[in-house]
Amino acid sequence: MTSVLDALNNGLQRALTDDSRVVLLGEDILDPYGGAFKVTRGLSTVFPERVLTTPVSEAGMTGLAAGMALRGLRPIVEIMFGDFSTLAVDPLVNTAAKLRWMYNDQVSVPLVVRTPMGGRRGYGPTHSQSIEKLFLGVPGLRVVAASHFGDPGELLYRAILRQDDPLVFVEHKLLYGLQVIDAAAASDFEIERSGSAELFPAYRLTVRGAPPPTLTLATYGYMAELARQALVKLAFEREIFTELIVLTQLAPLDAAPILESASRTGRLLTIEEGTLSAGWGAEVLARCSESLGSRLAAAGRVAAIETPIPAAAGLERRTLPEVDDILREAEKIGAQPHA
Amino acid sequence: MTDALALYRSLVLIRRFEETILAEYRRGAFSGTTHTYIGQEANAVGVITNLQPDDIVVSNHRCHGHFLAYGGDPRALFGELMGRVTGVCGGRGGSQHLHWRNFYSNGILGSTLPLATGIALAEKMQGRQTITTVFAGDGALGEGSVYEAFNFASLWGTPLLIVIENNHIAQTTPLALGLAGSIAGRLTAFGIPSCAVSTSDVLEISSTAQALIAEVRHSQRPQALIIDSARFGPHSKSDDTRPVEMIEELRRTRDPLTIHGNRLAVSARQAVDTEIVALVRAAFEQALSDPPAGGAL
Ligand SMILES: Cc1ncc(C[n+]2csc(CCOP(=O)(O)OP(=O)(O)O)c2C)c(N)n1
Ligand SMILES: [Mg+2]
Repeated sequence: MTSVLDALNNGLQRALTDDSRVVLLGEDILDPYGGAFKVTRGLSTVFPERVLTTPVSEAGMTGLAAGMALRGLRPIVEIMFGDFSTLAVDPLVNTAAKLRWMYNDQVSVPLVVRTPMGGRRGYGPTHSQSIEKLFLGVPGLRVVAASHFGDPGELLYRAILRQDDPLVFVEHKLLYGLQVIDAAAASDFEIERSGSAELFPAYRLTVRGAPPPTLTLATYGYMAELARQALVKLAFEREIFTELIVLTQLAPLDAAPILESASRTGRLLTIEEGTLSAGWGAEVLARCSESLGSRLAAAGRVAAIETPIPAAAGLERRTLPEVDDILREAEKIGAQPHA
Repeated sequence: MTDALALYRSLVLIRRFEETILAEYRRGAFSGTTHTYIGQEANAVGVITNLQPDDIVVSNHRCHGHFLAYGGDPRALFGELMGRVTGVCGGRGGSQHLHWRNFYSNGILGSTLPLATGIALAEKMQGRQTITTVFAGDGALGEGSVYEAFNFASLWGTPLLIVIENNHIAQTTPLALGLAGSIAGRLTAFGIPSCAVSTSDVLEISSTAQALIAEVRHSQRPQALIIDSARFGPHSKSDDTRPVEMIEELRRTRDPLTIHGNRLAVSARQAVDTEIVALVRAAFEQALSDPPAGGAL
């Protein structure tokens, strides 16, 4: 058994080992501290020349990393909290994401910006958000979100070494402590890859031996765990059988695995931790409605309410989507108990 | 360093190129925007003439002069502004977004300072013997990322020459309304030595740049050159808010072509003038007849 934290740490370590062009930049990433969430622990000891602790300068370090990527290195930037990625928007959107295309494909910018998003730790309004939606739909920018399904370490490794464009790699603070669930570890479930994406695959999760699903749940990141719990409850407590699709690449969006599932179940519920408006779920539903038309009988979205995230635990729980919200929405859109 | 006639040739090339742009914009040959370098030619020519072929140049929105001084092809630059396949970036980038060999420009003010610092760092980490030169205007000094870059450049020791072209104006905003303290003071605060010149003389700029470049190469640390300069033309195409008399005065006293041209024999100078007029015209005509940008998006 491996935690997501160890898997990500291992992915970084392997990338640094396999390719001397890989350089890590970020605040407080040196040992013995090893980063605010310890994802970089041990790396500065093994690779002192290529693990660079930075001043508190998210815009600067991201801009620097774009320049480093342009001239032959493969930098990885750690932004300590996802909330601070707003400071890196300009170098990401107006520099890194543009250079290859606007220079007529004469260059490449293999830059990875890793950052932990998400709440449920009581960090309050400016250290708890899931704002990856700000980066969706930016031409030239790939957005990938780890979950505890599959192999998050390998996902990160591929982001660093198997593709050449700027990429935002979204982690969630609560994922770090979860155990990775691969096909072997999932006794009650079947987990299989869905769709044709090779680098950043989508996963399909179903209860082993269950009747055909009547609802598709679509999500990514840490919400995959809450959706998994909802799937179990729906199956064992309410006899509603669902299928969970977990994407790892959020942008550019390849909705095929969700479309394929929703075309069978006729019902779709998107689940995300960020706020509702103009979110990932909105885009997914738009795609499904364009492609499936009336074959999509019902659809809904589970997301955070549109309030800054409070620090107090009780208030925070009411702000962010919980398992119960998923259960309620699933019933609301008319997922039927198995006859 | 190049000889006096070659420097003059570069100055004239930029001047005629930019004059052609302004004239032909009015006639509709170009679309989009442009920022001409008229009046500031000696900065690009004086600095870039001292660089080695593998050195890197990072430029801003006002990049035509830097590009031509770097050796960029006038036809390809015309083509880029006209949206031709033969354009520097096939018509995708336009006036402010050029890349050719080790030349890069971007129209986002300030963004190029961190970019250039990262480039210089990458070159150093990979043991290449290059230096990186970044050109920025006085207006860009209002951007916060500039100071993050200064900090990184000094803290991590990057072989970077920062050239501040202080033409005392940012679009329409005079320096006095945009800058507190002093430019040199801002560099000093980060431990970056700077050298200030107030001149439009290409030889003076060149000799100062030569020393700074040698120092950057030797020390592998940043240096800055602050050039007090003069923009003769509009910010873009026809948006000059300054009094005409002020510009006439600048043209009379600060013209790099006159200052340096006066050193040359009249016949040699005239020969260059004639040659460049024909060269720029031919480049323009060629670009005009080149096919429009097409292909896959
Ligand atoms: C981030 C950003 N803000 C504003 C602009 C619009 N703009 C383009 S050039 C310019 C003035 C730049 O002045 P300066 O840096 O002094 O350069 P100069 O034009 O004088 O060469 C402005 C405001 C921009 N391109 N980028
Ligand atoms: Mg200016």
